[in-house]
Amino acid sequence: MNDHKKYKVPFTVLGIVLLLCFVINISLGSVSIPFSDTMKIIFGAEATNNSWKYIIWNYRVPKAFAAILIGSGLSLSGLLMQTLFRNPLAGPFVLGISSGASLGAAILIMGSSLMGSLFSFSFINDISLAIASSIGSFLVLLAVVVVAARVKDTMALLIIGLMFGSITGALVSVLSYFTNAEKLQQYIYWSFGSVGNLSWNQLLMLLIIILIGTLISVLCIKPLNAFLLGENYARSLGVNLKNSRFFIIIATGLLAGGITAFAGPIAFIGLAVPHLTRQIFNTTDHRILLPAVLVYGAILMLLCDTIAQMPNSSSVLPINAITSIIGAPVVIWLLLRKRKMIF
Amino acid sequence: MTAIVGINGIGKSTLLRTLGKVQPQLSGKILVNKKPLEHYTPLALASEISVVLTEPIASKNLTVLELISLGRQPYTNWIGSLDEEDKHKIRAAISMVQLEPLQHKKCYELSDGQLQKVMVARALAQDTSIILLDEPTSHLDLYHKVHILKLLKHIAHETKKTILYTTHEIEIAIQLCDKMLILEKDRSSFGEPCELIRQQSFERLFPSDTITFDPISGSFKII
Repeated sequence: MNDHKKYKVPFTVLGIVLLLCFVINISLGSVSIPFSDTMKIIFGAEATNNSWKYIIWNYRVPKAFAAILIGSGLSLSGLLMQTLFRNPLAGPFVLGISSGASLGAAILIMGSSLMGSLFSFSFINDISLAIASSIGSFLVLLAVVVVAARVKDTMALLIIGLMFGSITGALVSVLSYFTNAEKLQQYIYWSFGSVGNLSWNQLLMLLIIILIGTLISVLCIKPLNAFLLGENYARSLGVNLKNSRFFIIIATGLLAGGITAFAGPIAFIGLAVPHLTRQIFNTTDHRILLPAVLVYGAILMLLCDTIAQMPNSSSVLPINAITSIIGAPVVIWLLLRKRKMIF
Repeated sequence: MTAIVGINGIGKSTLLRTLGKVQPQLSGKILVNKKPLEHYTPLALASEISVVLTEPIASKNLTVLELISLGRQPYTNWIGSLDEEDKHKIRAAISMVQLEPLQHKKCYELSDGQLQKVMVARALAQDTSIILLDEPTSHLDLYHKVHILKLLKHIAHETKKTILYTTHEIEIAIQLCDKMLILEKDRSSFGEPCELIRQQSFERLFPSDTITFDPISGSFKII
């Protein structure tokens, strides 16, 4: 706790790893660009090939930044949820928050074709998509919060989260049954999850959303630490339960909802990264965990994206497949661990 | 130091939790320093009353030192950094409960009894004028029960704190407490243990065909 110095080494190492992953992510892609040329382009020197420069600056660098933002934001929202629900298996995907965002997006993308004549919101732009999926995720989050107040059981909460996921999934199926093929395709591509295809403008919006979410979380560090003792103890330590719960929920919803809007539902990152981080930083103090989770999430997302990109081949795997392959074993490992349910 | 005793389900914990504002009061008035309890903000109350509850803590991954340090939260800045005074109070709390050898252990490594001592130390670190403890000695052996209660009594007398705890160990309470509150269905008696013995308050506690009270030794006998 008091000796913050002992965390300097892991933070420096993580920082270097992040930088490395960033460079690797940029230098690998469907078009093979020599590493030396990649470096030249990044540092502004004249490249031998102008189309390489275009690829790097307009495709790979934004994608790498998107991966960093998405990985950090999702991991932070996972950390917030695990502390808020005092549940090691909480995460935006597991508790149905991402499904809520999907429903919001589905209603916007596919619902607009159904009611197109009634409502003229046929303009599906970034802002409306972000708003729709944020509203969706907030609604599910609120439902989970209401239910969580009634059930104390870890497993029950997870099953309820799963059920919320099923309900939203069912509503999405109903919508997709009545919609036209083009809109359906648009939705399905969105639901695969992707960190690419984001313009610099969209990145800026995502950055703002994540900065706000992170700022609120930083201001909530003290109540978050108190929540580790349980709500009654937190109150006895002078935490204003209502306010801090409200702000933590807002931050979680902003992070999870905003990211899902731009990148689609991305599985397991939010759940897995906080646990992986706790393995390195053997602490529960959110003053350490919060920045650590941000960096670790960025690293993992960059790695997943590098793999999904399948270097030097023209095909791209859905990012969800990669994150699930990494994330699902973490859940199994958590359940198998002897002192399970400890976070 | 005051003990609340009574049979199971009479409302010992409920009373204690209501006094600590852990649960809302149903009726009546609670005054802390002549000021109604509901007029306190959570933060202001946190420097007046600390609690030790029976419910388990949410994260057993905390180290003992981290857990006790959380007791300083009402006094720390917005991010919770500990200054010299905080660190001093934490060290004092740890040494009072003799937890030095355990301080870097994780809570899941501790026995129930050790964890209970840690929670007492956390309440001490919070440095409040009132400490409420709900069955603080239920998981401890006789030696550690007496050790903790003697320590609490010492703290109460030394630092002029009010320490109120619920217990089922009436015989120990009679020997150690300054005052006792006996909760019964239709009446409650409050006073010094000797006074209560003289009033034959303990005899009424249990059905006299199974357990009787011996006023001379201050202990219960099974028939």
